[in-house]
Amino acid sequence: MVEVNIKDKLALDTFKPAKESHLKLNQELCRGCKVRCCLFVCPARVYTMDEQSEIHIEFEACLECGTCLIACPHNAIQWNYPQGGFGVQFRYG
Amino acid sequence: MTKVTSIVVGAGLAGLSAAYSLARDSIDVLVVERGDYPGAKNITGGRMYFLPIRSLFPELWDEAPWERHIVREVLTGVSKCSSLSIEFSNQKYNNKPYHSFTILGSRFNKWFAQKVAEKGARVINKYKVDDLILDNGKVKGIVVGGAQIEADVVIAADGTMSQIAEKAGLRGKREPQDFALGVKEVIALSPQTIEGRFRLKADEGIAQLFVGSLTKGMLGAGFLYTNRDCISLGLVLGIKDLTDCHLNVMPYELLEEFKLRPEIVPLINGGESVEYSAHVLSESGIKGMPKLFGDGILVAGDAAGMAMNMGLTVRGMEFAIASGALAAEAVRMAKKQNDFSAGALSKYQDLLKESFVWKDLNTFRHAPDVLANPRLFGEYPQLACTMMEKLMTVGEEPKKKLSTTISKELRSRLALSLLRDSFRFWRM
Ligand SMILES: Cc1cc2nc3c(=O)[nH]c(=O)nc-3n(C[C@H](O)[C@H](O)[C@H](O)COP(=O)(O)OP(=O)(O)OC[C@H]3O[C@@H](n4cnc5c(N)ncnc54)[C@H](O)[C@@H]3O)c2cc1C
Ligand code: SF4
Ligand code: SF4
Repeated sequence: MVEVNIKDKLALDTFKPAKESHLKLNQELCRGCKVRCCLFVCPARVYTMDEQSEIHIEFEACLECGTCLIACPHNAIQWNYPQGGFGVQFRYG
Repeated sequence: MTKVTSIVVGAGLAGLSAAYSLARDSIDVLVVERGDYPGAKNITGGRMYFLPIRSLFPELWDEAPWERHIVREVLTGVSKCSSLSIEFSNQKYNNKPYHSFTILGSRFNKWFAQKVAEKGARVINKYKVDDLILDNGKVKGIVVGGAQIEADVVIAADGTMSQIAEKAGLRGKREPQDFALGVKEVIALSPQTIEGRFRLKADEGIAQLFVGSLTKGMLGAGFLYTNRDCISLGLVLGIKDLTDCHLNVMPYELLEEFKLRPEIVPLINGGESVEYSAHVLSESGIKGMPKLFGDGILVAGDAAGMAMNMGLTVRGMEFAIASGALAAEAVRMAKKQNDFSAGALSKYQDLLKESFVWKDLNTFRHAPDVLANPRLFGEYPQLACTMMEKLMTVGEEPKKKLSTTISKELRSRLALSLLRDSFRFWRM
């Protein structure tokens, strides 16, 4: 498999990060989750796991696609769009 | 509190089409879009089939920012190290009215929104509609930026992840098998380079679909569209397979592998990647549609699940434009009676049922089941490539008769399932 630095891909886009995250997790549900598919379905690698197996969100990189919400089997993600005028702004689309 | 006749949530193709139609009929309309500008959040493939929507706004299309009209269709099956393409070109595709065009969502919607504003609609950017004003289940307006705006009717044109339809109680939870993730890169190349590499004249374009090992057995496909001065290259991956999948591969890694395939490298060589995007698409067609109307509310475009993979054609844009226009028509009729109840607005569904939107979605209602067949994305492209390799390669051993090679391949592999699946595909 080829190595891709997702940061390089995301650097092609314009992001206007809001102060507050538009994505929130119910960590309680995540702790009991075996699939942890948020880690590998997200096209922006927003979800990562630390050594304590806790899931972290880097909401600033979110492409607002919706995949994580549909994929999460435990409804652990409180998913929203960023506040108006924030988030990714595409020029080609 | 401010009050308007109609509010459109979202300046995508569906919302802009609704707003244009309303403004043209001199109906007061406010469009609210959360992006910095219309187009800032609109991801598409994309190719739009023109003929179904041609008669809707004939005055607009001549000046639309079409990228290229498609003159050639290519279907490519890929295995790990080989590929087999079927190319179809049609002289008729070069005659006006053109059959289909490539577009870029941001460029197109920026232009479309300008036309909508010229017709007299108000388009507000940078505001997200946070909530609906509900009164006993009746939609009475929107909550935006902390303010309330009342309206006789709200048109939810807020895309596949529509929260407005949810808030109105019109749609339930989304299931992974009904959706796919699209990841896409836009690669800039000069128009001359594109025309040279793809054997095109000015304004001509191609659409190419890839199936096979590039999705590693997952339901999905690759696409390539030529635009005026760039190429849209991407993958569509079924979310269920992506979720079940323990390949330990990220969507962007699959996209990168696709870009590195020998079929793609010479086409994009020297090009500069200028955008990376992702968006979910509805894949379930008519079965996945939410309720389309309620008291004071209508749902149009992707928000209403009106997008579909029909095997060799991906469609959503014409459905969005047509459903937006029909929603506007239903509003016009409701305004005449001054009745915006669900009963009056149900006319929208009647109009849809008479249109190509419903008819096409209904005709292809079994497509999702037929396409949810892993053999289509794994074994068959592989089989086609293997067979071609055996037919084309001359090695040290004496070559077998063609009939022997073909029948051996078919027997040793999946002859029966191929027959059965071909029949199902045929009937789809
Ligand atoms: C990768 C990919 C490839 C595709 N390829 C093709 C193709 O080749 N051919 C084809 O016909 N179709 C294709 N489609 C489908 C097609 O793009 C869609 O069907 C079509 O663009 C839908 O338009 P829409 O207006 O309904 O939704 P969208 O374009 O998603 O517009 C929704 C708008 O609502 C706004 N919005 C959302 N929530 C709010 C809120 N709360 N407040 C304010 N604004 C809000 C969003 O910012 C957005 O601008 C593809 C889709 C994808 C993702
Ligand atoms: S977000 Fe969902 S998929 Fe990810 S760890 Fe939590 S429960 Fe599991
Ligand atoms: S919406 Fe898409 S990009 Fe954003 S976190 Fe979810 S999967 Fe990742």
